[in-house]
Amino acid sequence: MGLPISYGQGDRSAPVESHGARARRPSGVVRAVHVAAVAVTVAALTWVVAHGVAQPGNALAFGVFIAVGELARWWAVPGEREPAPLGAAGALAYALLGECAGEPTGHGAFQVVAVVVAGALVGAVPHVARGQGPALDHVARRVLTVGFAAVCFQPLHVSGELDLRLGQGPGYALFLLVLLVLTALCDAVLAAALLRARTGHPFRPLLRDELRALLGIGSAVCATGAVMALAVAVAGLWALPVFCIPLLLTQLSFRRYAAVRATYRQTIASLARATEVAGYTRPGHAHRVAALSMAVGREMGLCGPDLTLLEHAALMHDIGQLSLVDPVPEGATSSLPAAEQRRIALLGGAVVRQTGVPAAVAVVVEQQADPYRDQPLAARIVRVANAYDDLAGGSGAGAGGALTALERLRLGTGCDYQPEVVEALARVLKRVLV
Amino acid sequence: MTAIPTAARVYILAVVLCAAAAAGPVVAVTPLAAITGAVPWPSMLLLAVLYAGCELPARYRRAGEPVRVGAGTFLPVLLAAAFLLPPTAAALVAVPGALLGRVDGPPAGVRRIWRAARLALATWAAAHTYLLLDGERTPVAPDFPYALVPALAGALAFFLVLTVLDAGVRATAEGVLPLAGPGASTPTPGSASPAPHCVHGLAGLMTAVLWGSPYGPLSALFVLLPMYLSCWVFAQYHRERAAHQATIRALVQAVDIKDRYTRGHSERVGRASVLIARELSMAEERLEIVRFAGILHDVGKLGVPTRVLRKEGPLTPEERRVIELHPEYGHEMVRGIGFLGEARAAILHHHERMDGSGYPYGLAGTQIPEFARVVAVADAFDAMTSTRSYRRARPVRVALEELERCAGTQFDPRMVRALVRALERHGWQTAVTSDETAVPLGPPRPTEAPGSGASHQLRTG
Repeated sequence: MGLPISYGQGDRSAPVESHGARARRPSGVVRAVHVAAVAVTVAALTWVVAHGVAQPGNALAFGVFIAVGELARWWAVPGEREPAPLGAAGALAYALLGECAGEPTGHGAFQVVAVVVAGALVGAVPHVARGQGPALDHVARRVLTVGFAAVCFQPLHVSGELDLRLGQGPGYALFLLVLLVLTALCDAVLAAALLRARTGHPFRPLLRDELRALLGIGSAVCATGAVMALAVAVAGLWALPVFCIPLLLTQLSFRRYAAVRATYRQTIASLARATEVAGYTRPGHAHRVAALSMAVGREMGLCGPDLTLLEHAALMHDIGQLSLVDPVPEGATSSLPAAEQRRIALLGGAVVRQTGVPAAVAVVVEQQADPYRDQPLAARIVRVANAYDDLAGGSGAGAGGALTALERLRLGTGCDYQPEVVEALARVLKRVLV
Repeated sequence: MTAIPTAARVYILAVVLCAAAAAGPVVAVTPLAAITGAVPWPSMLLLAVLYAGCELPARYRRAGEPVRVGAGTFLPVLLAAAFLLPPTAAALVAVPGALLGRVDGPPAGVRRIWRAARLALATWAAAHTYLLLDGERTPVAPDFPYALVPALAGALAFFLVLTVLDAGVRATAEGVLPLAGPGASTPTPGSASPAPHCVHGLAGLMTAVLWGSPYGPLSALFVLLPMYLSCWVFAQYHRERAAHQATIRALVQAVDIKDRYTRGHSERVGRASVLIARELSMAEERLEIVRFAGILHDVGKLGVPTRVLRKEGPLTPEERRVIELHPEYGHEMVRGIGFLGEARAAILHHHERMDGSGYPYGLAGTQIPEFARVVAVADAFDAMTSTRSYRRARPVRVALEELERCAGTQFDPRMVRALVRALERHGWQTAVTSDETAVPLGPPRPTEAPGSGASHQLRTG
């Protein structure tokens, strides 16, 4: 890979993986979030030290629960949205706890933050011992979002205002639900802002990705948080271990799903490598085109399933060459006559249809050699990325080679390459090369 | 309808009558019960509507659209009903949902009635068990560690009744009618396990606790959301896994494009490798890996020029050298696939020989990875027992004799003995496996060349 850094791969994995890998210095946003989290923590701890712990039994039970929940990070699959859903649900439940087995609680917002931080720190000990620091962004987000929920709920509850207006009925449950939705939205915005600061990807697709994840594990976490808060109010602390089981199941299902997706991706990447091993394309070509396509796609605002489709299509765009008896020199299909390019593309589409990936991927592969006005967006991006990699000579062309290649692409924007895609590529390259 | 044997009809009728007897009293005493308040009608109706509402969306799924959630997703609703209502009322809760839900097969009416009857009976049994163990009817402030006992017992009773009823229908219909539709939780034989039902039982208990609490039925819905999501993701997982397997097959087919003689060879080598490995009592996960090792052992042939692979007649030393690169090519291709594990080494070393004269590294004896020794035997065996362009297939007996002759020098005697024993027990079909019907592309093949395989094995080995 000739370019200085990788663009990030995988629709979900990219943002999270890039946390540590990115060489970028933390920007203002990241620093501000961390400072805010530290400030909230210090204030909470000071308050608790000054006022003592209210209902230490509850605090201990929830603290232990959160710490145990955090242990789930051990088996985290790379790129998981919420590696410790039990910890998150426990923290939210404590923030929204108004009663325990019929007894009103009075722990207040500061104690919530203190207990959550203590639980998270204890839960992080094994990770730190293993040599992996806790993901600071995650902890900061957890502190801020739980703080938000607690500040919205606890003062209302402690002052008795909530009981007065809603009583202990369905309205109360509904209130908790609305509060949790608000909290989840705040968390999504915070997460997207942090990722934007870390990776430089545009904000909107990142936010859309976060919101989509909210519908998945995020909604299960929120629902379980509300259920545990209500169930502890009815049945006491025993509800904690019992009521977390469905969430545990959800997490296991998500993990298995993530694992099989990762495996699937590896297999597709290997299938893509077949053309390289066979000498039809230059080493690393499929991988580079996929990475570049993803970066351009992100730049153009694609997210979620669209990015996955783009990645798979880019990985397999040259697969049709396997059916050629004699390889194209250097695998540079972009310099072949258009009819020949189209023939290879059609052959590739036929192979891709056998592989079980969605038919949309096959369509992209088939149409990659058509004039851009007839193509879906993903095919336009793959075409530009492929041509760039052919023109820039793949590895180590440096800034000069990149500029020459871009110039050639710009000359082709009349018919072959969409100007917007080429400009997005230019922006990506500028970020990477400078 | 004509497909249903009489025994099955009688059996289904009997089950329906039992269910009617279980739920009947509520209907019979409706006026009386409504007056006395013995049956909590609002809860019952609400639960029945909830269950029907859960089952309905599946019915309006467009054809071809993937199944969103698997069987048993909404059982916690029924179990909650069993914990909240008197047994007769609980039995009725299942009926509307079961009647309205989606069915997969043609005798739709019979399937619906059957499903309603079995779920009603199972719910009724769960509610009775719950009562017997002193479960509280409307658990307002449940006594927690103990409350788990009746709930879990109820879930187990539910599971047992379903299992017994399904076993009965399978026996009477003899597989003609796999009557349990998707809304029914039943397990295909072999996957019947009470564990999922225990989790459903816990979720049902939680739903019941919140349902009966001051926060009301709305809060009970929060419990169902994670359960639903979990089932949904599980269905996604299965879809993704199927897609993954199709992709693996595509890798194999990609080899087929290039080397027309190896049709079916890869699948058969996978099968023979599993036979050997099972004979050596390897763990179940390793069997799966060795199968992949067998299937993918020649994937590196993708890297060998098509002209060389398709050449008829003897190879020049130069061409032979190029073909001998295929284990390394294969390893290069699959080394990024994490789950293949040991299979990757097997792909690299399947042409090593016990005396150290093989390739690519000339490893000898136990230096050769175990899976590579398994695949080497399976590969040679299938190459000998299938027809090639240049010779006919040899009988299995002759092939085994040949393997035994080469045991020790070329093959690991342990693997050869395992193959002999396995074949004595299971036999061997050389037919091309069924799931390789489609050929992705390339010029149409003249005829279906019955497998062949590892021509290099005989040419070079």
